Amino acid sequence: MKEDGLRALILVGGYGTRLRPLTLSRPKPLVEFANKPILLHQIEALVDAGVTEVILAVSYRAEQMEQELTEEANKLGINIIFSHESEPLGTAGPLALAKDILVKSTKPFFVLNSDIICDFPFRELAKFHASHGKEGTIVVTRVEEPSKYGVVVYDKENCISSFIEKPQEFISNKINAGLYILNPSVLSRIELRPTSIEKEVFPSIAADRHLYAFELQGFWMDVGQPKDFLTGMCLYLKHLRTSNPAKLYKGCGVVGNVLVDPTAKIGTNCQIGPNVIIGPGVVIEDGVCIKRSTILEGVTIRSNSWLESCIIGWRCSVGRWVRMEGITVLGEDVIVKDETYINGGQVLPHKNIAASVPEPQIIM
Amino acid sequence: MLKAVILIGGPQKGTRFRPLSLDIPKPLFPVAGVPLIQHHIEACAALENLKEILLIGFYPIAQIQTFIDDMQKQYNVAIKYLQEFTALGTAGSLYHFRDQIRCGNPDAFFIFVLILLLQELYKFHKEQTSKFQSKACVTIVGTEATRQQSLNYGCIVTNKDTHEVSHYVEKPNSYVSTLISCGIYIFSLDIFQIIGETFNTKQQEYYRNENGNGNKEAGFIQLEKEIFPQLSGTGKMYAFQLNNWWSQLKTAGSAIYANRHYLELYRINHPERLYTLKGEGDCTIIPDVHINPTASIDPTAVLGPNVSIGPGVVVGPGVRIKESIILANAVIEERSLVLHSIIGRGSRVGRWARVEGTPSDPDPNKPFAKMENPPLFNSDGRLNPSITILGCSVTVPSETILLNTIVLPNKELTRSIKNEIIL
Repeated sequence: MKEDGLRALILVGGYGTRLRPLTLSRPKPLVEFANKPILLHQIEALVDAGVTEVILAVSYRAEQMEQELTEEANKLGINIIFSHESEPLGTAGPLALAKDILVKSTKPFFVLNSDIICDFPFRELAKFHASHGKEGTIVVTRVEEPSKYGVVVYDKENCISSFIEKPQEFISNKINAGLYILNPSVLSRIELRPTSIEKEVFPSIAADRHLYAFELQGFWMDVGQPKDFLTGMCLYLKHLRTSNPAKLYKGCGVVGNVLVDPTAKIGTNCQIGPNVIIGPGVVIEDGVCIKRSTILEGVTIRSNSWLESCIIGWRCSVGRWVRMEGITVLGEDVIVKDETYINGGQVLPHKNIAASVPEPQIIM
Repeated sequence: MLKAVILIGGPQKGTRFRPLSLDIPKPLFPVAGVPLIQHHIEACAALENLKEILLIGFYPIAQIQTFIDDMQKQYNVAIKYLQEFTALGTAGSLYHFRDQIRCGNPDAFFIFVLILLLQELYKFHKEQTSKFQSKACVTIVGTEATRQQSLNYGCIVTNKDTHEVSHYVEKPNSYVSTLISCGIYIFSLDIFQIIGETFNTKQQEYYRNENGNGNKEAGFIQLEKEIFPQLSGTGKMYAFQLNNWWSQLKTAGSAIYANRHYLELYRINHPERLYTLKGEGDCTIIPDVHINPTASIDPTAVLGPNVSIGPGVVVGPGVRIKESIILANAVIEERSLVLHSIIGRGSRVGRWARVEGTPSDPDPNKPFAKMENPPLFNSDGRLNPSITILGCSVTVPSETILLNTIVLPNKELTRSIKNEIIL
């Protein structure tokens, strides 16, 4: 490991209940977004920016995740450390828990919420942070409806003056994007107890005029729940269209931005897209139409079916003339019988669906 | 010599059959690929010694004439349409046309009230008429129903040994009998004397301004309400119990149920009307299916069970149709699914569309249960789930879903629709 490498702490947190039923089979950081585990999008971007040690703050033990990520870390030539909380410590507590590791270097470190997908600008962030020389920098992103979020207020020099939760009157359209770079000195402000970095730590740094805002260009999404997962997928694919169009699929019957794993098979007379991601080993039979959906590894979709706004879990089998829509999420190994209709169904793993589910519902 | 009379009603009748009856008279609606009354005509034409079939109703002759001409050609029997000047009721219309019915002095005549569908009636008739004819003025065909459902029909009480009807009441408020009238009657000509007496009494009341008939015509007489109750218990009325399949065709929803049964009957009576695979390049069929020879079906389509496809229909690649009736010149585009639905004449279903209804078939676990004909709306004012029906020339856009929806004719839809009636 390089001595001068940077460190990052990723707030993985709990069980990922918002992304159930997918997270019943696989820890959330390993659920594939655009055919790659969510966490790997972040780790690879961090490695590009010179990070050599990643601390994952988790509040539960997940051996599957530790093993898979250790393998990935070896491939990338970095070190991954799992920092286990015995009780949930909020968004700031995990920093105090990992203090010993973080203070080994005087260099600033990155902190990330684990559900964020964007075009991670870690290099530019580090450069900006160095330029103002203060304790911390928060990445902010622009939203259309700021009243639903906590907004960040800052001056022309980007020095943050205050945070306002769910403002009734328009104050700012910039919100905390869940990506930070902090000096180790910040750790002296955090106690080892359940505490919130957004509500307790940042306001106190801002009060000392030591917190700056870095404006994110391009797309941003918290993909921690199915609806946002699909929205994030669309934004990601749109970004891919400009940043790396060669990666997008160009087969017959493709509409718009579509990503297909090379090991997937697609039949004739299909209409795939816009905004579809198809995982490894997937088999799409003839005459299938898929829009705005993610199909995970090993799924079979039989002929003449129609899917929109779905996440289809690993190794599911979808019958012929099936219609699925309305943010339907199938857990692992679900079988959907021919000619059924599922609207907004959340289906737990290993279920057999023989009758239609016309209204949104959880199928145990 | 025998005659048959089929009462077909008129445009003011059959409103519960809308929107299917909006552009085609209900008696001509195709069930299993054949107009509804053709099934009756066919059953009558098969009777030995039947010389004439009279259709009585108040549809304008123009709507019925072409059909009558076709029937004359197809079946070697005289068929006439007698148009009522106004709704006269079941008995009133018979009485009004008594000369036509009596003409030629038939031994007896059958009456069908249009709403019924029947099976192998001729067998029953051959055995029964001779037995009852000496004494009987009317024989009424009855069938078993559940206690609850019997309240929607004419209820018959009989003497188990002699089959004589001792009591008849139309749609009672409380339970009377589970033997219900099928709307098939056999009359001897004496019936006109009895209807005539009622007619005269009513005329006299009318001219004395004791208008017991409300706003209705003085000649308005109903067999079921005025004639049968007075005949019961006089030894002139008998009941024959039919144990075969029988159903009313009142609501549009029952059309699919009736379709299934007629298709099943074709296995015995008209195997040529059922589609049989012709080999290479043929579509997949799950019996029973009727396909008009002028329809065009893609080899990758899968049809059945219980599907009737009308003339000029086009079914595209990868289409699935099940438990449905597709009327003339409709187009079902590729990869669509049609389930428990009726697609109106000249309608178009776009590709990857899903047109689905909810069947209201009789409860198979209840013996003698009949087709439920639920009202359109439940007591909360919400639409009861029904089969999906597209009136004629309706366009369903690609990739949409229509669920439990009724669409009136000539509508171009632009979105998915669930549990709605689209005017």
